[in-house]
Amino acid sequence: MRQFQYSRPATPQAVIDAINKPGTKIIAGGTNLVDLMKRGVTAPGKLIDINQLPLKNIAPVKGGLHIGALALNSVVSENKLVVEQQPLLSMALKAGASPQLRNMATVGGNILQRTRCAYFYDTTMPCNKREPGSGCGAIGGYNRMHAIFGASDKCIAVHPSDMCVALAALDATVIVQGKKGTRRIPFADFHRLPGDQPELDNNLAAGELILGVDIPDNNFAKNSYYLKIRDRQSYAFALVSVAAALELDGNIIKNARLAMGGVAHKPWRLTDAEKSLIGKTISIENFQNAAQIAMQGAKAYGSNDFKLKLAPATITEALKHASGLV
Amino acid sequence: MDRVACFFRCGLIKFTQIKSGPMKSKNPPEEPAHEDNFLESSRRDFLKHSGLLTAIVFTPSPIVKAAQSGLDEKIADLYEKVPVSLEVNGVKHQLSIEPRVTLLDLLREQLELTGTKKGCDHGQCGACTVHVEGHRVNSCLTLGVMVSGKKITTIEGLAKGDQLHPMQEAFIKHDGFQCGYCTPGQIMSAVACIREGHANSEQEIREYMSGNICRCGAYPNIVNAIQEVKEGGQPV
Repeated sequence: MRQFQYSRPATPQAVIDAINKPGTKIIAGGTNLVDLMKRGVTAPGKLIDINQLPLKNIAPVKGGLHIGALALNSVVSENKLVVEQQPLLSMALKAGASPQLRNMATVGGNILQRTRCAYFYDTTMPCNKREPGSGCGAIGGYNRMHAIFGASDKCIAVHPSDMCVALAALDATVIVQGKKGTRRIPFADFHRLPGDQPELDNNLAAGELILGVDIPDNNFAKNSYYLKIRDRQSYAFALVSVAAALELDGNIIKNARLAMGGVAHKPWRLTDAEKSLIGKTISIENFQNAAQIAMQGAKAYGSNDFKLKLAPATITEALKHASGLV
Repeated sequence: MDRVACFFRCGLIKFTQIKSGPMKSKNPPEEPAHEDNFLESSRRDFLKHSGLLTAIVFTPSPIVKAAQSGLDEKIADLYEKVPVSLEVNGVKHQLSIEPRVTLLDLLREQLELTGTKKGCDHGQCGACTVHVEGHRVNSCLTLGVMVSGKKITTIEGLAKGDQLHPMQEAFIKHDGFQCGYCTPGQIMSAVACIREGHANSEQEIREYMSGNICRCGAYPNIVNAIQEVKEGGQPV
């Protein structure tokens, strides 16, 4: 690992002043950043440790639940309010990483984690995300883990988070602070598709700090399910994952939320499939229909062709679990 | 300049390999006399020598001489060291470390607590699992400076004198290992697994032990060991 300077400011403003300088990065849990620094994917000259900031709170706010950026993944996943009011988030967090990593990883860091594309990690390979203009090793390469939605000819990497898939489904808002004050970014607008600039994972402006997320109250607690399909039963990134949340009136679906992980450069919200379920009864046929709608526009790249079948099957299965059919 | 930079790094690597003993520890086992001189040497000293260094850097033999005369140690001072105080297994340590030193390397190379193992060094295997303030973490992804002021427990801190921890006893009884390399991490994780309340069934144990990989495949025996300790109800 390259040498770097280290500081630990005590206030958000001091952090924001510090991170405006080039070559400077924030460190919170470090589970992704330290790994990337060890591999030489990134080599910041200065690290700003934000663990002194008072951003660990999990508390009700008007119309929802606030979770601070420094709340640990393990703490959030077991928090009583989260388990009772937003069980989908708890399930998604527990599906991610390992207990040790969840004890270190923060909510803010989880949102900002980089792709696990092997070509991004291997500094001897081309990667437009790591080194813009160098090409994409995954297109035409080994792309088993890669995107089937929203990719570009520059990048087919996926966002690796489970937590973010749940936050996307639950219409969370990311609260950030920068030089010009605070702003609120709807979760759907936070991460971006690769387009011509795959080096940009999200729409966070330079010098902005994530303070936390707000999740609006909902009636999904009884009928939520996070289904993650991976190469082994635990401690692996998703091939495909589905966050499903339903509001039921007897057998009738009043409201639905669906999002997929492991399939795109950002958590992939399935709004058309959601709409197709409103007013319908809970049935495998209706779920399969929603899954087919969700798959419109999907494109595979060879090694990940199997995702074209795995994804709709996972959507159907997640809806079966969420609705109580399983 | 690349070759100069390369030399700087080589010097640092050499430094960390040679000076593996505890630095500025309150109760160091052996502290070389010149260590203090090194720590007290100033950046100005480095700058004085660095001009010379730049001149000789392309000549192999003077580099060797420079290294032998301790110049490389002064090069390390180019980068600021950070004071860190830690309590490891009940023993307090005052250290001065580079910010890039992980807790794993600090434990193994500076405190000579080599029970904690370096497996993948990338947070993928769990061999480096230790407890920070009672919570299990991957020490390979934890920077030493970030746990300053905290209490660390390693595998060396579980036993009470000659009396093994119940989990250590159970691993022996159930053959919870073959080669033993993952075992310190497995045991630290197993203790945490019970403390967290996640050892209530075989399925739950397997899920909450998934961050510790065993290449020998001793998983069934590891699960048996954890179940016995859990069911025995002994304090862990």
